[in-house]
Amino acid sequence: MRALLICFMLILLQVNSALAKKVRLAVTSSFHNSGLSDHLIPHLETDLEIDLQLIVVGTGQALKLGENGDVDAILVHSKPDEEEFVKTGFAKYRREIMFNEYVILGPTNDPAKIKFSDNLLEAFRNLSKANTEFVSRGDLSGTHKKEIEIWEKINFNPKKIGTKYISVGSSMGKAINIAVAFDAYILSDKATWLNHKNKGNLEIQFEGDLLLHNQYSFLPISKTKHSHVESQLVKKIEGWLVSEKAKKLINSYLIEDQQVFTFNAE
Amino acid sequence: MFPLRAIDVKIEIKRKRLIGPINLEIKQNGISILLGANGSGKTTLLEAIHGLRKLSAGKVEWTISNSLAAAEQAFVFQSPIMLRRTVAENLAFPLKVRRISKSVATTEAMIWAKKIGLEEKIKQQAVLLSGGEMQAIAVARALITKPKMLFLDEPTASLDGATKKAIEDILISASSNGTKILMSTHDLGQAKRLAKDIIFLHNGIVEAHCSKEKFLAEPPSKAAKQFLEGDIVL
Amino acid sequence: MNEISQGLIQAFWLVLSFDSELITISLRSLYVTLTALTISTLIAFPLAAFLAVTHFQFRQAIIATLNALMGLPPVVVGLIVYIIFSRSGPLGVLGLLYTTSAMIIAQVIIITPLVTSIAHQSMQELWADYRNLLISINVSKMQSVGILMWDSKKALITASLAGFGRGIGEVGAIMIVGGNIDNATRVLTTAISLETSRGDFALALALGFVLISLAISVSFATHWFGKTERGGLQ
Repeated sequence: MRALLICFMLILLQVNSALAKKVRLAVTSSFHNSGLSDHLIPHLETDLEIDLQLIVVGTGQALKLGENGDVDAILVHSKPDEEEFVKTGFAKYRREIMFNEYVILGPTNDPAKIKFSDNLLEAFRNLSKANTEFVSRGDLSGTHKKEIEIWEKINFNPKKIGTKYISVGSSMGKAINIAVAFDAYILSDKATWLNHKNKGNLEIQFEGDLLLHNQYSFLPISKTKHSHVESQLVKKIEGWLVSEKAKKLINSYLIEDQQVFTFNAE
Repeated sequence: MFPLRAIDVKIEIKRKRLIGPINLEIKQNGISILLGANGSGKTTLLEAIHGLRKLSAGKVEWTISNSLAAAEQAFVFQSPIMLRRTVAENLAFPLKVRRISKSVATTEAMIWAKKIGLEEKIKQQAVLLSGGEMQAIAVARALITKPKMLFLDEPTASLDGATKKAIEDILISASSNGTKILMSTHDLGQAKRLAKDIIFLHNGIVEAHCSKEKFLAEPPSKAAKQFLEGDIVL
Repeated sequence: MNEISQGLIQAFWLVLSFDSELITISLRSLYVTLTALTISTLIAFPLAAFLAVTHFQFRQAIIATLNALMGLPPVVVGLIVYIIFSRSGPLGVLGLLYTTSAMIIAQVIIITPLVTSIAHQSMQELWADYRNLLISINVSKMQSVGILMWDSKKALITASLAGFGRGIGEVGAIMIVGGNIDNATRVLTTAISLETSRGDFALALALGFVLISLAISVSFATHWFGKTERGGLQ
């Protein structure tokens, strides 16, 4: 038994040490669960000859990991949080890379009748009045903060919905699973939705408003705050992410024949 | 090492006196039998003399230091304690503890296995054998180190006649080979068969310590008389 | 229900096709948990034996604490280990976060109380039986610890398997300290969590069935291995 164990350890130790230069990037689950990272990262790794380790967590945790210096850079989609992050000096700047859209998912029979709303605010007003379930991320992620922003714009406190307002505190994918189980409405980013395999009875009921713009940005962790970060390699990664090649790859990423991300780096 | 002396030995638990005060002198020759009814304190006294119990008062003395004496003693418990190992491993155990070489230990174990008639079963798990077989192993295991002092606590209490005789024969043989035996029993017949001297215990007190003949001829106390007549001793 | 049968079928094909990613994460799962288990037993077994054999003032308190620690929520352990090994934490310089080493450390903390408690339970019972014999034969405390561990082999195997089960199915702690990084720290349980969050229940279940089979295989292998060692007895 013990001999087997030692063999295992040796094999895996070999594998670990044979790897190229390591960089750690915390990304939000919506970036990963959309499948874009699987599409993009292998090219990046080959071109730059680095081993990019992705740690997929919620926005809050990503920011925390960046603050603690446990990652070399973060890729998130929550502008107010990002600006605060830069203000406190953990990153020297934020670099916009690409955007996608948020959509409102709901049951096929659309009991809240939001499908033909004139605009996003009207759709949410209908949701506030309808007697149907609404699942909220509840985790102060980028998506959750967007949802809060919309409720505030129509001056409505979603808690007034009562027990039908389901705050889950989970990642996008898990929240969608719950929405499917409850046959509920939920705000989701389009890419995660299209790539999600458990769609149940839900479909996109509303999309296309400017307010549903979802910006992803790259924030390298400041070497001043954490001297051990791989700043050189992070600079290369940033350079690659804003390159023509990345632009092509991002814009050509299709789910169900639809483009979901749009490159907008400058 | 001898004589062994118990001086003012007393054991009490939570203010309840179990045995004592006891004063005894055990000489080297012959088999000494500790006789008494159930509950008279035989087990407690034996364990106390051997050092398995803490004394509340008094002391136990040998002519050599107690730590030197410890290496020369062995104990057979009323209910045999078998290691979860084979018969051979159980027998060889005391030798292994003394770091005696494996080959010597194995040979000795085999010799004793034959003496107790268990040579066919030496590779079996000891705990799976019968009560009599386990007790025989316990006796053999106690004698394998050729101890100068062997304590036995009612070793044949629940055994059949044949096994009882076999063990008694081993004990007689060991005694004549230089091992001092102090054995407790409530079996009068066994006492008659084996004893040179008898220590009669009642209610935790030694009421008599004399030769077997004297004890049988002149029972020294009411309890001793009751015991000899087969009455229940209260 | 359809997903369960889908999952079973997918599991079957995954294994048959020797899917390389499946093999890698399965091996990694085994590596993390088996390493953690080995370290854990090296701590737990002697500790449990020591606690069984010695009586000192804080013994009861330590045993009670160990029993209570069995209920430690793994995710809390993960969080604490993360804080300690984070770059901003006291042991951050070691750079162990997001490596399998951190996962192993977390699992050792989670598994050890369980293995110790189970081992101790058995060894305590065995000691109650052995105690008088071993003291009588003048076995040292250290030797007693070794004897208890050896004679409790079967119970120790059970304790190990319990620890293995706890570790192989654990996800909360290793998710936090390992990060579920593709090609680095992803194991079966974290992969299941990922596929669930992607809504791919069939694949998640498939991985789950692989995990269950792995656990069962380890259990069978352990028992088979144990039997051949002892010549098929007990």
